[in-house]
Amino acid sequence: MTLHLTNARLIDPEAGTDSLGSLTVRDGKIVGRGAAPKGAQVLDCGGMCLAPGIVDWGVKIGEPGERHRESFRSAGLAAAAGGVTTIVARPDTSPSIDTPETLEFVTRRAAESVVRIRHMAALTKGRLGEEMTEIGFLLDAGAVAFTDVFHVSTNTKALARALVYARSLNALIVGHPQEPGLSAGAAATNSKFASLRGLPSVSPMAERIGLDRDLGLVEMTGAAYHADQITTARSLPAIARAKRNGLDVTAGVSIHHLTLNELDVGDYRTFFKLTPPLRSEDDRVAMVQAVAEGVIDVIASFHTPADEESKRLPFEEAASGAVGLQTLLPAAMRLYHSGEVTLPQLWRAMSLNPANRLGLAQGRLAEGSPADLVLFDPDAPFLLDRFTLHSKSKNTPFDGQRMEGKVLATWVGGVQVFKG
Amino acid sequence: MSFRARHLLGIEHLSPAEILSVLDLADRYVDLNRRTVKQSDVLAGLTQINMFFENSTRTQASFELAGKRLGADVMNMSVAQSSVKKGETLIDTAMTLNAMRPDLLVVRHPSSGAVNLLASKVNCAVLNAGDGRHEHPTQALLDALTIRRAKGRIQRLTVAICGDIAHSRVARSNLILLGKMECNLRLIAPPTLMPPGVEGFGCELYDDMKKGLKGADVVMMLRLQKERMDGGFIPSEREYYHRYGLDAEKLSFAKPDAIVMHPGPMNRGVEIDGEIADDINRSVIQEQVEMGVAVRMACMDLLARNLRAERGRAAVGVMV
Repeated sequence: MTLHLTNARLIDPEAGTDSLGSLTVRDGKIVGRGAAPKGAQVLDCGGMCLAPGIVDWGVKIGEPGERHRESFRSAGLAAAAGGVTTIVARPDTSPSIDTPETLEFVTRRAAESVVRIRHMAALTKGRLGEEMTEIGFLLDAGAVAFTDVFHVSTNTKALARALVYARSLNALIVGHPQEPGLSAGAAATNSKFASLRGLPSVSPMAERIGLDRDLGLVEMTGAAYHADQITTARSLPAIARAKRNGLDVTAGVSIHHLTLNELDVGDYRTFFKLTPPLRSEDDRVAMVQAVAEGVIDVIASFHTPADEESKRLPFEEAASGAVGLQTLLPAAMRLYHSGEVTLPQLWRAMSLNPANRLGLAQGRLAEGSPADLVLFDPDAPFLLDRFTLHSKSKNTPFDGQRMEGKVLATWVGGVQVFKG
Repeated sequence: MSFRARHLLGIEHLSPAEILSVLDLADRYVDLNRRTVKQSDVLAGLTQINMFFENSTRTQASFELAGKRLGADVMNMSVAQSSVKKGETLIDTAMTLNAMRPDLLVVRHPSSGAVNLLASKVNCAVLNAGDGRHEHPTQALLDALTIRRAKGRIQRLTVAICGDIAHSRVARSNLILLGKMECNLRLIAPPTLMPPGVEGFGCELYDDMKKGLKGADVVMMLRLQKERMDGGFIPSEREYYHRYGLDAEKLSFAKPDAIVMHPGPMNRGVEIDGEIADDINRSVIQEQVEMGVAVRMACMDLLARNLRAERGRAAVGVMV
C-alpha cells in the first residue's frame, strides 16, 4: 500500500530544513517527496509538522524485575503517543541485562511494544564496574551500546580494560560522567536553594571530574564514547575540546535539564528529583545553547518510571527519575517556542544524531529510510494531567503544567501506531 | 493575634509581625511558668502527640511540659524504635496517627522536608520540632525571645553564628528569623562547615573567629553535629577548639555586654569553654531552655486558636 502525506511542514534534520511539502511512503519506507503516485492513499496534513520519529536513547523499562513500574507494552503505548518510534532501552533492570540470555529474553518480550525497541547491554557484570560482560556475544545478540547506566565504576583499571576490549569490536560505550565519591548521597546541586532546604548536595564539578576521567580513558584506549547526560556548563569545554582533538566522543542531555532548574523542586516535590539533580538556571541556559550549537548531540527523556510509593517519601529517601516518553516532544516545544532552538535542530538531537551514533537507519526523511514518522501540531496547547499518561508510572514533573505540542499521528515502518 | 497558616513548619513562612506576636505571647507564658501553680486550660480537651523519629531529650521534654502546662493530653511516641523498623513508611505512620484524631502533632525527623510531607497528609496542626538540616522554628523563636529579653530588642543587632553551620537546622531557622528582623548577620566557621551557596545568604562570612566576633551583640554557638558528618570535616577536636572554640580571649573581641548562646546539648571543650558557658554574666544558655517551654506554649496556643476557629466555621457551615 502507498501512503501519500501532503501539505505537511516537513522537518528534515539532515538537510536542516523546515518547509511545506509532501512525502510518499510505500512498503514501510519513505520513497519520495514528489507528487502523489497513482492509487496512493492521500492524507492532507493541514500544514502540520511531519518529522522523523524520535529515537529516545536511555529509556528504563521495568522488564525484567519491575514490570509494575513499566512493561514493554505500556512503554510502547506511551512512546507512540509521544512521537517516539524507537526506544533505546537501558540495562539497569533486575537482573541487569549483562548476558546474551537476558538480552534474548528482553528482545522477545519487546515484541509487545508497538514501537521499535533496541537494547543497550551492561558494560560490566551486574553493572558493578569490575568484570566486563561478553561484549562480543551481546553485540551478536543485538546490543547497540554498552553502559552501566548510573553506576560509575571506581575501578579505573577494569574500566580501561573494558574500553580497550570494546574498541576492538567497535562497540559504543555510554558513560555517566560523575565523580561518585563527591556525588554520594546528594539529592540536589550545591546552591543557596539546596542549603536553605537542607538537602545534601553535590558540586557541579563532580560531573566535570567524572567526564575528565572518562575522556582520559577514551584518549588512552581509542574507544567510542557517548556521555549519557552532560548537564553543567563547566563540562561543555571538555566535550568541545575532545571533539576538536578527534576523539570519538558524543554527548547527550535530558529534556528535563533543558526545561527545568533546581528551583522547580520548590517545597520538596519529589517528581523533580532526578539523576543528576536539576541544575542552576545558568547551567540550563548553557545546555540549551550547547544543543543549538551542536556541542551536545542528543536530547533524550531518560524515562525512569517510579511507582507512587517510592516517590511519597521525604526528598532524600525518594526514588530518583521521571517518566518522559510521552512528554519529550511537548517539553521540547518549549525550546522551540522560546526561539532558542529550531525544529530541525531539535530533530537532529532527538532523532538523527542518536540514530547515526547507534548505527540505526532511522531518524531521517531521506528516500529509502524507514517510514518512522510523527505528525504533530507544535502550537496546540493543553494542560498535562499525569493520570492521562500511558506509562504505568505517572511520575512526571510536568503534571498540571501548561504545555504546547500535540502528537496527531505516529507511524512505525509505515504502519500507523497512534492517532491523536 | 494568630498564625495565618495551620501548621508551624518553618520560620520561612512567618511574617515579622507573626514572629513578634509569638514572642509577646511567650512573654506572658514566661510569667505563668514562674508561678507556683503553672496551669492554664487553653489546650484543655486537645490531644498532642509528640512524634520523634530522631532521638531527643530536651526538645521532647520541652514540648511535653509545654503541652501539659496548657492542659493538653500529651502522648510521646518514640518512632525511632517502633513501626519504622518494621518497614512502615512515614506517610502510613502519619495516617495511622491521624486516624486517632490528634489536634497537635509535634514532629522531629532526620530528613529535610519530612515534616512538610507529613503535614500535607493530616488534618491536625503540625509543629516542626526539627527536620534534617532544614528548619527548627521553635528553637529560632526561643532564641529570639532570649535575645529580646536580654538586649531589650531583636531588630538590627549584630549577631555572630559560629560553628557547624553546614549541618545545622538551628542556624538556618535563626538566619531566616534574624534576617527578617534586619539583623547584621555573621557566619563564622571553617570552610568545610559552611553550607554550599552560603555566599548568597546575605551574611558576612568569616573563617577567623576573632575578626568575626568583633563588635558582636550576640554570640550564638552551635554544636558540632558529629552524628550528621560523613567523614572528616575538621582535623581534630583540639584544633577545632583552638580555632573555633569560644573562650574568654575570643569573646573579648565581641562587645563587652555581648551575650553567649548555645542551643544545647553542649560539647564543653570542643565548641565552648566550660567557664564561659556557666558565666551567668555572659551566658544565657539556661534562659534559652526556660524560654523554650514558653515559646512552645505560645506556638501551640496560637495553632490551637486556628484549629478551633476552623472547626467553628465548619460546624456552622460557613463557606470559606
